[in-house]
Amino acid sequence: MTDIAWIEAALTAARPQAMGALLRYFRDLDTAEEAFQEACLRALGHWPRNGPPRDPAAWLIFVGRNAALDAVRRHSRHEALPDEEALSDLDDAEAALAERLDGEHYRDDVLRLMFICCHPDLPATQQVALALRIVCGLTVKQIARAFLVGDSAMEQRITRAKARVTAAAVPFEAPGAVERAERLAAVATMIYLIFNEGYSAGPDTGGARAPLCDEAIRLARLLLRLFPAEPEIMGLAALMLLQHARTPARFDAGGSAVLLEEQDRTLWDRRMIAEGLALIDKAVRHRRRGPYQIQAAIAALHARAVRAEDTDWAQIDRLYAALETVQPSPVVTLNRAVAVAKVRGPAAALDLIEPLAPRLSGYFYFHGAKGAFLLQLGRAGEARAAFDRAIALAHTAAEAAHIRQHLDRLIADACPKDVP
Amino acid sequence: MLYAILCYDSEDVVGSWSKEEDAAVMAKLAVVEDKLSHEGRLGPVARLLPTTAATTIRKGAEPLVLDGPFAETKEQLLGFFIVDCADLDEAIDTAKDLARASSSAGSYEIRPLAVFKPGSAAP
Repeated sequence: MTDIAWIEAALTAARPQAMGALLRYFRDLDTAEEAFQEACLRALGHWPRNGPPRDPAAWLIFVGRNAALDAVRRHSRHEALPDEEALSDLDDAEAALAERLDGEHYRDDVLRLMFICCHPDLPATQQVALALRIVCGLTVKQIARAFLVGDSAMEQRITRAKARVTAAAVPFEAPGAVERAERLAAVATMIYLIFNEGYSAGPDTGGARAPLCDEAIRLARLLLRLFPAEPEIMGLAALMLLQHARTPARFDAGGSAVLLEEQDRTLWDRRMIAEGLALIDKAVRHRRRGPYQIQAAIAALHARAVRAEDTDWAQIDRLYAALETVQPSPVVTLNRAVAVAKVRGPAAALDLIEPLAPRLSGYFYFHGAKGAFLLQLGRAGEARAAFDRAIALAHTAAEAAHIRQHLDRLIADACPKDVP
Repeated sequence: MLYAILCYDSEDVVGSWSKEEDAAVMAKLAVVEDKLSHEGRLGPVARLLPTTAATTIRKGAEPLVLDGPFAETKEQLLGFFIVDCADLDEAIDTAKDLARASSSAGSYEIRPLAVFKPGSAAP
């Protein structure tokens, strides 16, 4: 890697910590961002000449704070701060400095930075856009591309979201234990939202959105390093890794979605799977189960099955049943039905999902699954109606293309075969 | 003499590499590995999963299981190479080759091996 690429990676990596600390100093998002930008500019000037600092985050916090205070200092007699030229590059001076400045604040800084993006008034997509901008440092252009909107529309959306969270005034004192746990839960949800924005994109928009999955995983790892003994954060990281590992196999060359059972498992990313399995193993030891851990455990059973037919569906059924009790939702029941169809047959699965119809009538996957169960039961006409409904509700071309295959097969079966 | 060349780097930084950047570094390291292997000097090589996947057992009357790595450090142990080197000079040269292949800000620590058991675990 070239030096410039290393510096860019280092700036990206240091961003949440540095932004979090600068936000605590200045208590204002815009000032913190300007200070961070200025520090990054100076880093690009200094680091190639002087070598990279041992602790890039500490360097950026210090220099960013200096830069932002410069203007103020010109007008008043503030305590002089050492110039960044004086910061040695090879010893741990800036680390000691950072410790003095920040001590135990680091993890609450990062958590606060992520938490302000989770304001309940903000719609989910705005939370995600704000987090991508502020925490991950993606450019407005990159974010706009991921959301398929114009740059200026995204710029406006982010500005509005910022104004909203500024008005909400998240307190800057170190949070208490209960508050910290609440923040962690909100942040975990937001990280999973980022992931799903990336994961739910078809291959058509996948190019622009794929980095969202990587960003979400990076944030989860960061959070886990700050809170190493939180089983739900382990579960969240594991879940995303195990799902993202399947990405190379999720779409065929034509861009249609490939069902889990039909995916070429040799394409799955083994390193992500290893990390996901290690994390879920660690999480389970805590014996404090939660929705992310249960979902990760389900994903782990898929990851562990070398062939689709090796999948432990009975265990997956039990895990979904557990998930239904922790997090009751018709979508969970719908997912469970897939396992039930494997273990007890399509009739049992159909019985399980029939009561969901009023709540899921507008949901693509409900009609897709219903069609598949009906097809297995040989009820072709009803299956076809369900698939038609699913296509009408598909969000991506890949979803539609997948159902189309079912329909084409149905139509082919219904027609008299050509005589060779 | 066998030396362990331990690779330390900031996990945050290595974790922000894109897939392509990561692959490029691995490819450059593989060139050095191939050369060592050709000379019959390369022992086991390992890349470790992130420290978030680590568990630490603190020894005591009742060993304590802790989540996370043994020590919180600015740079983390990311992996290692076992290499046969005539002397420290050669080990330093080898580590420099590796360092040039992965020009980030981390370090390579050279530690002569006291005991070496190649083991029987299949990869």
